[in-house]
Amino acid sequence: MIATTYKQAITQGLADALAEDDSVFLFGEDVAAAGGVFKATEGLRERFGDTRVLDTPISEQAIVGAAIGAALMGLRPIAEIMFADFAGVCFDGLANQLAKYRYMTGGQASLPVTVRMANGSPGGFGAQHSQSGENWFLNIPGLKIVVPGTPADAYDLIRAAIRDPDPVLYYEHKGLYNIKGPLRAAADARAEIGCAELVRQGGHVTVVATQLMRHRAVEATQVLAGEGIEVELIDLRTLVPLDLDAVLASIERTNHLVVVQESSFGGSWGATLVAAVLEQAFEILDAPPLVVRGDETPIAYAANLESAWLPDSQRIAEAIRRTVAY
Amino acid sequence: MTSRTGIAPGADGELSIDDRLALLRRMLEIRFFEDEVQRLFTKGLVRGTTHLGQGQEAVPVGVCAALRDGDTMTCTYRGHGAVLAMGAPLDEAFGEILGRANGLCRGKGGSMHLTDLRVGALGSYAIVGAHLPITVGAALAARYTKSGAVGVAFFGEGSTNIGAFHEALNLAGIWRLPAVFVCENNLYGEYSPYASTTPVDTIAERAASYGMPGVRIDGNDVEQVRATAIEAVERARSGDGPTLLEAMTYRQVGHSRSDPAKYRPEGELEQWLERDPIVVYERVLSEAGVDADALASIRASAEEEVAAALERAAASPEPELGSRLEDVYAS
Repeated sequence: MIATTYKQAITQGLADALAEDDSVFLFGEDVAAAGGVFKATEGLRERFGDTRVLDTPISEQAIVGAAIGAALMGLRPIAEIMFADFAGVCFDGLANQLAKYRYMTGGQASLPVTVRMANGSPGGFGAQHSQSGENWFLNIPGLKIVVPGTPADAYDLIRAAIRDPDPVLYYEHKGLYNIKGPLRAAADARAEIGCAELVRQGGHVTVVATQLMRHRAVEATQVLAGEGIEVELIDLRTLVPLDLDAVLASIERTNHLVVVQESSFGGSWGATLVAAVLEQAFEILDAPPLVVRGDETPIAYAANLESAWLPDSQRIAEAIRRTVAY
Repeated sequence: MTSRTGIAPGADGELSIDDRLALLRRMLEIRFFEDEVQRLFTKGLVRGTTHLGQGQEAVPVGVCAALRDGDTMTCTYRGHGAVLAMGAPLDEAFGEILGRANGLCRGKGGSMHLTDLRVGALGSYAIVGAHLPITVGAALAARYTKSGAVGVAFFGEGSTNIGAFHEALNLAGIWRLPAVFVCENNLYGEYSPYASTTPVDTIAERAASYGMPGVRIDGNDVEQVRATAIEAVERARSGDGPTLLEAMTYRQVGHSRSDPAKYRPEGELEQWLERDPIVVYERVLSEAGVDADALASIRASAEEEVAAALERAAASPEPELGSRLEDVYAS
């Protein structure tokens, strides 16, 4: 299997979806002629034409609204919002319109809209271009939230998001665009929305992470394995719907939980996961669950400040040691 | 092909008496509907709030008479009239406002969210301006699928000061989409008079910024509204792009339930009541030879139909409690 980058996997997924279904089209700021500011849509306009791959003005409210209107008419729009932070500009469209349309109309229509957003740090982009935007939308029933961390998952989940009958917020991690890995072979089971991946088996502690933190957690597990601590690592891949069963099944085996997230604590997916685990599995935990996370601050620009904010493999390893030793 | 009001679209200047009576009839149904909603509200049978459109009926009725099957419409939370003008059933509209199982949205939307996709009513939107980009999307889809459909959005003049209005008209303008933007200028954005919130004399002149024509019309003259809408709709359908219509009208009631509308200058309401679109049109028809008995009979039959629809809605059960967990996701 030929290795591909995370970014190429996304481009390939978009291309395959466009080729498969005429009702799929893609639009956003600089996605067509320029091929996207991160080049994730490069070549798509040349291949599919400018009626199916469209540049828009800098108008996030119009982009999200247009996606909703087009979906109401039976199309499958893929809207790009560029940096995930820009969701703030079109929050109403995402939170009040896209998420609630199906419910408020008594199920008259589904909105198969995929919204692509570039997530996360550390790129030195500062406080308004580095956030993990998925946390903003956890408390809005009606949206599905996908956070792939590998090229294979990036490909499978963009395909799944576009095929899904419901609105999906698809977060691409900027820090992962150039990582390489194989795509799944045709015969392999695909990553699905709502399905976590058991990345590594281990008996001492369950570690749950996504996107960049998944990779940093893998580094930590390698160090810890040398110390005799065997980590069971789970990548949720999807935050809504949440694969709580996969996490609970792992905690049944390990009796310890550490969550690693690229975000401050309040209102985050890690905090939500810990609350859900405590509701259902308090008795089987041998130590308080821990969330390794960013500080309660915006993300700073300077390299050392941004690095200190973001959990690294050493901080993750230290948290795991403390939890196991509790 | 007939329009949503049963009148041949495009037949400008050759409206038959039957067509004209159909326009009157639809305005009367909406008026009686709104009067009933007001009564239901004072009886405590409408939850939350409600926004009524008595006095503004000629705008949705005139515009929707220019549409054909497949065309779409979005409107505001003051949207009962527009949804009914598209042909949504009166009883299901009442049912929604009463929170009943037979409601258009199974009781999950309410007065501010009347929606009926069967007739192209893509929704009533309770966030000011939010639906304008959605109409742009419907128009984009029409172009994409070459369906020939046109998307219409109704909105108040207050919506033209929110960002979504500008983004939507700009995008529709640059893509020359088949959309018609209909501003119902009723002179007040909630409680604030037009001049206190808007630094230009007309909404129509804002169209210039988006490369589309802007036209101000008498929104209380249903035939003028219809004739102008036909031009705009045909322009959109033929690929010449969107139009901004500014229909001057007047909200005869307050903004919402808690508003006695004391901010109005003395005499203003009375002046506009003389220009009530239904009164004006009955006079036009009378001068055209429709006798008083015929007008009275249309009025009576519209009133009866509305009353019967309300009776059916009131007889519908409340939604099943389990239904609250449905309709969040399709899968």
